[in-house]
Amino acid sequence: MGNVIPKTHKSLKVEVVTDPSRSIQLQPESMTSMNTSDESFRQPKFAVKDMNFFYGEHQALFKINLDIPAHQVTAFIGPSGCGKTTLLRCLNRLNDLVDGSRVVGKILLDGQDIYDPSMDITDLRTQVGMVFQKVNPFPKSIWQNVTYGPQLKGIKQRSQLDEIVENSLKGAGLWEEAKDRLHQSALSLSGGQQQRLCIARALAVNPEVLLMDEPCSALDPISTGRIEELLYTLKERLTIVIVTHNMQQASRVSDLTGFFLLGELIEYDDTKTIFTNPSERRTEDYITGRFG
Amino acid sequence: MTTFLKKFWNSGTLFIWICGGAVTASVFLVVGVLLLIMVNGLGYFWPSNLVEFELADGKKILGELKHREIIPDSVSVQSPDGKGRFNLKIGNRDLYGLDFRWVDEDQVVAQRLPLKATAFERREWGNFYGYLQEIKQRDSVLVSGDEAWKLLGPLVVEANELHEEIAHIEKGEIGAINHEIEQARLRIRGLELQGKNDSSEIFDLKADVKRLDSQYEKHVQGLDILRKRLHEYSIVLRDANGEMKELPMGQIIGALQPNAMSAFAKILTYIKNFWNVLTEEPREANTEGGIFPAIFGTVMMVLIMSVAVVPFGVLAAFYLREYAKQGPLTRAVRIAVNNLAGVPSIVFGVFGLGFFVYAVGGTIDTLFYPEAFPNPTFGTGGILWASLTLALMTVPVVIVSTEEGLSAVPREYREGSAALGATKIETMLRVILPSALPGILTGLILAISRATGEVAPLMLTGVVKLAPSLPVDGLFPFVHFDRKFMHLGFHIYDVGFQSPNVEAAKPMVYVTTLVLVLVVVLLNITAIAVRNHMRKKLRGASI
Repeated sequence: MGNVIPKTHKSLKVEVVTDPSRSIQLQPESMTSMNTSDESFRQPKFAVKDMNFFYGEHQALFKINLDIPAHQVTAFIGPSGCGKTTLLRCLNRLNDLVDGSRVVGKILLDGQDIYDPSMDITDLRTQVGMVFQKVNPFPKSIWQNVTYGPQLKGIKQRSQLDEIVENSLKGAGLWEEAKDRLHQSALSLSGGQQQRLCIARALAVNPEVLLMDEPCSALDPISTGRIEELLYTLKERLTIVIVTHNMQQASRVSDLTGFFLLGELIEYDDTKTIFTNPSERRTEDYITGRFG
Repeated sequence: MTTFLKKFWNSGTLFIWICGGAVTASVFLVVGVLLLIMVNGLGYFWPSNLVEFELADGKKILGELKHREIIPDSVSVQSPDGKGRFNLKIGNRDLYGLDFRWVDEDQVVAQRLPLKATAFERREWGNFYGYLQEIKQRDSVLVSGDEAWKLLGPLVVEANELHEEIAHIEKGEIGAINHEIEQARLRIRGLELQGKNDSSEIFDLKADVKRLDSQYEKHVQGLDILRKRLHEYSIVLRDANGEMKELPMGQIIGALQPNAMSAFAKILTYIKNFWNVLTEEPREANTEGGIFPAIFGTVMMVLIMSVAVVPFGVLAAFYLREYAKQGPLTRAVRIAVNNLAGVPSIVFGVFGLGFFVYAVGGTIDTLFYPEAFPNPTFGTGGILWASLTLALMTVPVVIVSTEEGLSAVPREYREGSAALGATKIETMLRVILPSALPGILTGLILAISRATGEVAPLMLTGVVKLAPSLPVDGLFPFVHFDRKFMHLGFHIYDVGFQSPNVEAAKPMVYVTTLVLVLVVVLLNITAIAVRNHMRKKLRGASI
C-alpha cells in the first residue's frame, strides 16, 4: 500500500512549527459577521485543532487549525502535494487505510473528537460521505450502487430502498437520466453521470458532511457545470468540503477557501477575501499564477 | 552486401520471422497431437471390411486388414522395393491364440471380400470373424444359412436384454441386499464391541440378516433361471478354414456383415459404437467395452477437487494480500507457495498416502468405524483422498491467480466502499470478492487442467484398474467418498501397458486419450464461459 503516499517535499522532515502566529485559530470573517444566533453557525461542523499528520516518518501536515462551518462550501486549494487531500481524507479517517499513517492533534466533529478510540469509524463515515477524484462506481447496477450504503446499515425492505434510490438520484440530479435503467451496470453511464452516481451513492446514507476530492478533475466542462450547480442545492442539506485544483471553480462554488502550501495552512478566509485581497503574499502569488 | 544485411537485420524482419516460426511450430505440434490421437482413435469405431486371403499353402484367413509394411530385411540391391506384408486382425483368440497375424505378400494367392463374412462381437475372447452356420435350440438345429442370419438379430437383442436384466438384479437388488446385510453385520459388530452382546437389538438384527439371506437366495434362484435362458439358444460359427465353433447365444453382443453394409449403415454403426464406448462399462480387462466409469470417476474427482481447492486457495490468498503485513515473512510464504507448484506430483501422492490415507483415514476408521476393523473404510485409497491430494497439488495455482485478481481490484473500490461506512470484511465480501472472481476462476481453470491429467498421485491414493461400482449410486448415503474409482489417465496407462493383449488394446488407448482431452476441454470451456460472463458484467459493456 506504499504507493498511496502522496508525493510531498522530501526535504520537509519532522519539524513542529513553533511560529506562534500560526497557532492562532484562524476565524473566517464570514462566521463572525453572520447571524450568530443561528445555532449551527456558533459551533463549527468540523474543528481541526493543532493537527499534525504523518505518513510513517514523513510529516505531511503541520499544525493545522481550522473550523469548517455547517451548510457552507469550504474549498481547499494549493499546489500538488500540499496536503489538502490528506487533510480531507483525515476528516473521515480514510487515511486509516494507509499503513503507517498517524495523526497528532484533534479533529472535532460537532464537538466530538473523531480520533478518539471510542469513535465508531463506520458511523463516522456514514456521517461524513466522500466523493473521489477518480470516478469509482462499483461494477454493479445503478440501483445496487446507490443502495450499497443503506444495505450495509441493515435496510432490507425493497420499497424503502427504492425510495432511497429515487431521492438520492434526484438529489444528485441523475434521476431523469437513470430512472429507466436502474438495473443496468453503473459502468454503462458516462463519466459525468458516473460521478453524479457517486454523489448519489454518498447521499444515500444521509450524511451531514460531504467531502469532495477534486470531483470534476476528470470531467468535461458541461459535467463540471452540472456538478457545481449541484453543490448550490446540496449545501442546504449538508456541509461540503471540496478540494480543487481549479481556481475558478473554488471562486465559483465555495463560501470559504483555505490555501495550503507544503503541508501548512497558509491562509483561510472568505473566498471573496482570498481571491481579491489575500493577506498573505504566498496566497496572492499562487492565485495569480506566479507559482504552483 | 553488408549494408544490405545490416539493413535487413535492423529492419527486424528476421526477428518477426523467427517469432512467427515459433508460433507456427507450436500450432503444428498441437494440431499434430490432436490429429494423431483422432486418426488412431476414431478409426476404432468404423466397421472395417473383412478380407479373406487365400494363401499359398491352401489355407484361408479372414480378418480386418490393419496395414501393410515393407519387411525390413527384404530390402536389398536386387529388390530395392523389398517385399510387403500385411497385418490382419484375425480375432478368434479362442481358436488361434492370437488376435493379429502378419501375412507375407508373396504368400497370398487370392484376396476376396466375402459378403457373408461376419464379425461377431463376443463377451469373451474378443471378436470372432467367420460365417454363421446354424442356430441351435437345445442341441437341435433350428435354422441354418440365410434363415439363421435373419433370426440372429432378434435373438441377440433378446440375449442382450437378458444380460441387462441380470446386471440390473445383480447390481440393484442383490447389491442392495448385500449392502443391508453388511450394514447389519457392522451394527452387530459395533454393539458387540460396546459389550451389548445379548441385547434385543442384536437379536433383531440377526433376524434381519436371516430374512435378507433368504431374499438373497430367492434372487439367486431367479438369476439361475435367467442364466439358463441365455444358454437356450446357441449358434454354430465356421471360420475361414471350415473349423466349427459353437457358442451359447448369451456370448454374442452383436454381429455385423461389414462387406455387405452400405456407407450409411456403417456411419450409423460408427455412431452407435462411439456412444457405447462412452456409456458402457469395460469388459475383457478394459480392452473392450466402454470407459464410462473412468469418465465418471475423472469428472467427479475434478469436481470434488474444485470444491476443495477454491475456498482453500481463495482464503489463503485473501489473507496474504489483504491482511498480512507485506514484509519479508509474507514474501517468504509467497515464494514457498509458488515453489509448491513445482513439486513433482508423485511427491504429493506420497504425501496424500501418508497423510490423508494413513493418518487422517486411519484416525477416522478407529474413531468412527471400529466395527469394520480390520477392513479399512477411509483408511485406504478413495476418491475423497485422491481429490484432496490433487487439491493440495493445485492450491498454489489458485492462490497465485487469486492474489493477482485481488491486486487488480482498483484501490478506488476499497476506498469508495470504506467511505460509505463499510467495514473491511464487508468491503471484501461485497466489492473485492466479486471483482476478483475472474482471477479466481482463472486459477480454477489452471487447476482443473493440471488435475484432470494427473495420474501419478492417484495411483497411490485410490485409483484402480477396475472399480466394481461407481462412487455415486442409489444406496445410502448415495455419494461414497471412500470408494475407489477409475480414471481416464490411469485407464490409458493400464490398457496400454498392463493389459495382456496390447495390440488389441491399442485403439482403446487412443480412444481413451481422445476422451480425456475432450473432458479437459469441456471442463475448461465451462469455466472459461463462466469467467467471461463475469468479466463482461464487471466491465459493464452494455452501452
